[in-house]
Amino acid sequence: MKVSYQWLNEYIELDGLSAEELAELMTRGGIEIDGVESRNKGVSGVVVGYVKSKEKHPDADKLNVCKVDVGTGEELQIVCGAKNVDAGQKVPVAIIGAELPGDFKIKRAKLRGVESQGMICSAKELGLNDKLLPKEQQEGILVLPESTQLGTPIGNVLGIEDEVLELDLTPNRSDCLSMLGVAYEVGALTGREVKLPSTAIHDTVEKTSDLVSVQVLAKEQCPHYSARYIKNVKIGASPQWLQNRLTAAGIRPINNVVDVTNFVMLEFGQPLHAFDADKVPGGRIVVRMANEGETIVTLDDQERRLEPHMLVITDGNQPIALAGVMGGANSEVTDATVNILLESARFDGGTVRKTSRQLGLRSESSIRFEKEVDPSRVIPALDRAAKLIAELADGLVTEGVVEAVSQSVEPKKISVTLERINGYLGTELSSLEVRTIFGRLQFPYAVGNNDEFTVDVPTRRGDITRAVDLIEEVARLHGYDNIPTTLIHGDAIPGSLTKPQAIRRELRKRLTDSGLHEVISYSFTSPARTALFPALTDGAKAVKLAMPMSEERSVLRTSLIAQLIETAVYNRNRKNESAAIFEIGSVFHTDEEQLTRLPQEKHRFAALLTGNKSETQWNSKAAAYDFYDAKGIVETVIEVLGLTPKVTFAAAQPEHFHPGRTASVALETPAGPVVIGYVGQLHPALQVEWDMADTYLIELGLNALYEEASADIVYKALPKYPAIERDIAVVVDANVAAGSLTAAVEGTAGELLESVRVFDVYTGERLGAGKKSVALSLVYRHAERTLTDEEVTALHGQVVQHLEQTFGAELRK
Amino acid sequence: MKARLEELRGEALQELQGVETQQALNDLRVKYLGKKGALTEILRGMGGLSAEERPIIGQVANDVRAAIEAVIEEKAAAFQQAETNNRLLAETIDVTLPGKKLPTGAVHPLNKVAQEIEDIFVGLGYSIAEGPEVETDYFNFEALNLPKNHPARDMQDSFYVTDEILMRTHTSPVQVRTMKAKEGMTPVKVICPGKVYRRDDDDATHSFQFNQIEGLVIGKGIRMSDLKGTLLQFVQQMFGEQAQIRLRPSFFPFTEPSAEVDVTCVQCGGHGCRMCKQTGWLEILGCGMVHPRVLEMGGYDPEEVTGFAFGMGVERIALLKYGIDDIRHFYTNDLRFLGQFARI
Repeated sequence: MKVSYQWLNEYIELDGLSAEELAELMTRGGIEIDGVESRNKGVSGVVVGYVKSKEKHPDADKLNVCKVDVGTGEELQIVCGAKNVDAGQKVPVAIIGAELPGDFKIKRAKLRGVESQGMICSAKELGLNDKLLPKEQQEGILVLPESTQLGTPIGNVLGIEDEVLELDLTPNRSDCLSMLGVAYEVGALTGREVKLPSTAIHDTVEKTSDLVSVQVLAKEQCPHYSARYIKNVKIGASPQWLQNRLTAAGIRPINNVVDVTNFVMLEFGQPLHAFDADKVPGGRIVVRMANEGETIVTLDDQERRLEPHMLVITDGNQPIALAGVMGGANSEVTDATVNILLESARFDGGTVRKTSRQLGLRSESSIRFEKEVDPSRVIPALDRAAKLIAELADGLVTEGVVEAVSQSVEPKKISVTLERINGYLGTELSSLEVRTIFGRLQFPYAVGNNDEFTVDVPTRRGDITRAVDLIEEVARLHGYDNIPTTLIHGDAIPGSLTKPQAIRRELRKRLTDSGLHEVISYSFTSPARTALFPALTDGAKAVKLAMPMSEERSVLRTSLIAQLIETAVYNRNRKNESAAIFEIGSVFHTDEEQLTRLPQEKHRFAALLTGNKSETQWNSKAAAYDFYDAKGIVETVIEVLGLTPKVTFAAAQPEHFHPGRTASVALETPAGPVVIGYVGQLHPALQVEWDMADTYLIELGLNALYEEASADIVYKALPKYPAIERDIAVVVDANVAAGSLTAAVEGTAGELLESVRVFDVYTGERLGAGKKSVALSLVYRHAERTLTDEEVTALHGQVVQHLEQTFGAELRK
Repeated sequence: MKARLEELRGEALQELQGVETQQALNDLRVKYLGKKGALTEILRGMGGLSAEERPIIGQVANDVRAAIEAVIEEKAAAFQQAETNNRLLAETIDVTLPGKKLPTGAVHPLNKVAQEIEDIFVGLGYSIAEGPEVETDYFNFEALNLPKNHPARDMQDSFYVTDEILMRTHTSPVQVRTMKAKEGMTPVKVICPGKVYRRDDDDATHSFQFNQIEGLVIGKGIRMSDLKGTLLQFVQQMFGEQAQIRLRPSFFPFTEPSAEVDVTCVQCGGHGCRMCKQTGWLEILGCGMVHPRVLEMGGYDPEEVTGFAFGMGVERIALLKYGIDDIRHFYTNDLRFLGQFARI
């Protein structure tokens, strides 16, 4: 809503309060002012002049030489190029020394040899907004009404010595979509009085009811419809003052009748519509829901297909307006219009909103109806507009209003005690202070026992429905700054993180301390990406957005690594060739095509390693990431969560992973082992497709880890007796997994084995094709005594024998 | 004999003075003090001395030996020192060559900021509540006093999945879920961090995905002044002791009264600068007293208990805190961007 400072001044005295001060006051009171803009874009020294004569320029076809009187007695010679300039016109004249917007100074000049002592200006040259100019002012010089006083500064004529406040209204304060609403607000803030505009009409003898009938069939959608009739109007341009008001508010002047309806809408917040009464047969108005398949051509010349949920004004036969949204072309006021049927009504906000949304048609009218208009202003606005049309279009208002009211609205009574107000806000306001505030708001009230205020909330403030709404009015007018700052009383309770929250923090810390960067990727992705790693989606479907912004962001992610790859490619394209990144976040799985319940949100941890883990330095060579770097991350995570004994890795071939370099990660749970994720290399074919170096991926489900993670550290006594260490190297078939060797060792050696570690793996010609040597280091220890060499040798012998028998292992000497 | 001893001392000391190497020193030790050395040689003549002379000459001989040994020790120590010095000199390295740094990764700046905020509130006795990012219309809107067709729904155009299911547009539904889970028990004191989604064309200051942290307190006798006090405590911990707050009346369907909260500009300290558009204030929070409708729908009696709620955008705070000029950096994850946050 744009509010002209000068115009507002007509409804409330603004003396001693500049536009800037007013803006600050309103903003601090809860009506945010986005900006204050001067309507004068840099015009000075431009006055009203009279073109006494016009002659052709001797040396230029398109130029005229005019003699202009600007009221100083002196006659100015001005060369003008506008086609529409003519003798006898009143025009804006920029005299020598004048300034126009864009730092344009008017100097004495010669145009093709003829002296010009100034410039006759167009509306555009005076800085007026093109889009708000009436058609006839969009080209050529601005021709002013004949009655305009010679020599008057043009700023006064055009009303641009004014400032416009841009209100950024919250949805609850639609009462300020009117000048009167703003005036009431300023009144509440300043304690000044609101001056209401005159609505007095001098009727003719004829009766409106003889000319107009109103029937409302859709009472719920139209609780109040009223109409007046104005006879014998003369359609023409509005007077300058009216045009100025509309232009200041950002509305283009059209003709005196339409302009009045807009003017009164801005004054009262009540949209009005003027029909050409002679195009409404018998003056018959029937308000009903649209029929299926019915159409209407709206004022913007668009044919609109209507639906039964849309409310229409009809002439009993066909629609003549889309209620509250836009009028119909078939009943439009034109230059030929003589009689006016004027509508002022209350339409249901939801209905208007739905219609306007569906047709993509938002108008000043629909914006106001959507937020519900003040029921008590329907008739005053109608009267005010009828009065102004009669005055400005020289018409006659017939006697009486024809209306259909199915629901009247009384001011709401709301009670609140002083104690409640102070208890809610933490203030110590006195009864008098609260009385003063309600008084300034012009809310009638009574005070009962215990300082209980019973307030009759005016219908213009439809947002106030409960006691807390009144408390808010008190709070904002008392000033939020004046509310004290206190601490919550009562017992302090300690705050804490939940186990999953603490685990995520710990993981973040460990991983970043190990050199990985954390990323946050978009939850929205493309269907193609969600299909990349079926092993990570547990057979679930992706959740689709109903109206995505693009195909690339049309579904919810089903895995994190698909997003990490996108991030890695983005970085590679920016010459960040190596990356070690991780993400902790949710993925979304559903088994439904069309959701009837919420999808599963699973917490995941994922990481991606690509390129080099270290670059060439003076004392070390560059080293590329490999599978074991990725696996090491998983092992570390598992270790930190105290789950090492419960996790097993096994070779796996999930789709789009390297079939020979990928492991599944299984966690032992009370319900048995569960695969919680994978660690492996991205399939080389995809690496080629995305032009990536060898890339290693991890994705683990966190929910199972949260469950199983053990935060209990149980101290184990340090060993008192020495350990005996024995190394063996065995030659086995190349496809024997080192993990099965160590598992076999652990199984055979039993409790005396403290640890087994693979310290070397070797393949070479000497071993023969398809063979490898695995070197293991075993540590034996007894907790309560020193082991003898003999018993270790015996046990170790069993281990070796077992390996030989199980894996056909040969002991390497 | 005494004269010969004195002569030997003079000769030895003279010769020792010119010694340059450890080897030469060893040779001289043998020459003068060895078993077959000059001193031993002279002392062989001790047998021919009288009993009175013997102790005197013995004393002289010991003095001579001690004097020679002292010089030899001194020389030896000096040679040792010189050799050590030479060795260390030879071991000199270029200390200006780069060292081997420990790896340093960075927590994402949004999580870094979120954790900082969480820690402040945990310190104030709040717990952290979480909820789904895909929500029902009921939890996201209706239970927050935003019935269908409510004009305030304009403010947050949403990503719907179906008519009844959508990407949450704020973390407020977590507040509703928390209230329902509490079944009318007080006090409630939670913050709800998380991702939220609104239909917005991405540009330097808008992102369709962003993070919020909201807080909710419900209890007997919770006042708006408590809200002000809590927020002041928070901003002073977050932005420094000098930070002040300013509340402006505003509107949210789920609070009444509602306020926007400005904080003393972090850049200029309130004097006015480009960042704060010369106002000295930055808007960073929305807040208010929990609307009675919301309390009712959450299972509380608004006549018995009251509460306050507040919410802030993590991106906004991170942008201000680090002076970042484009919100999209948070989601494109350029490593050169992320790497800047690998420090305190």
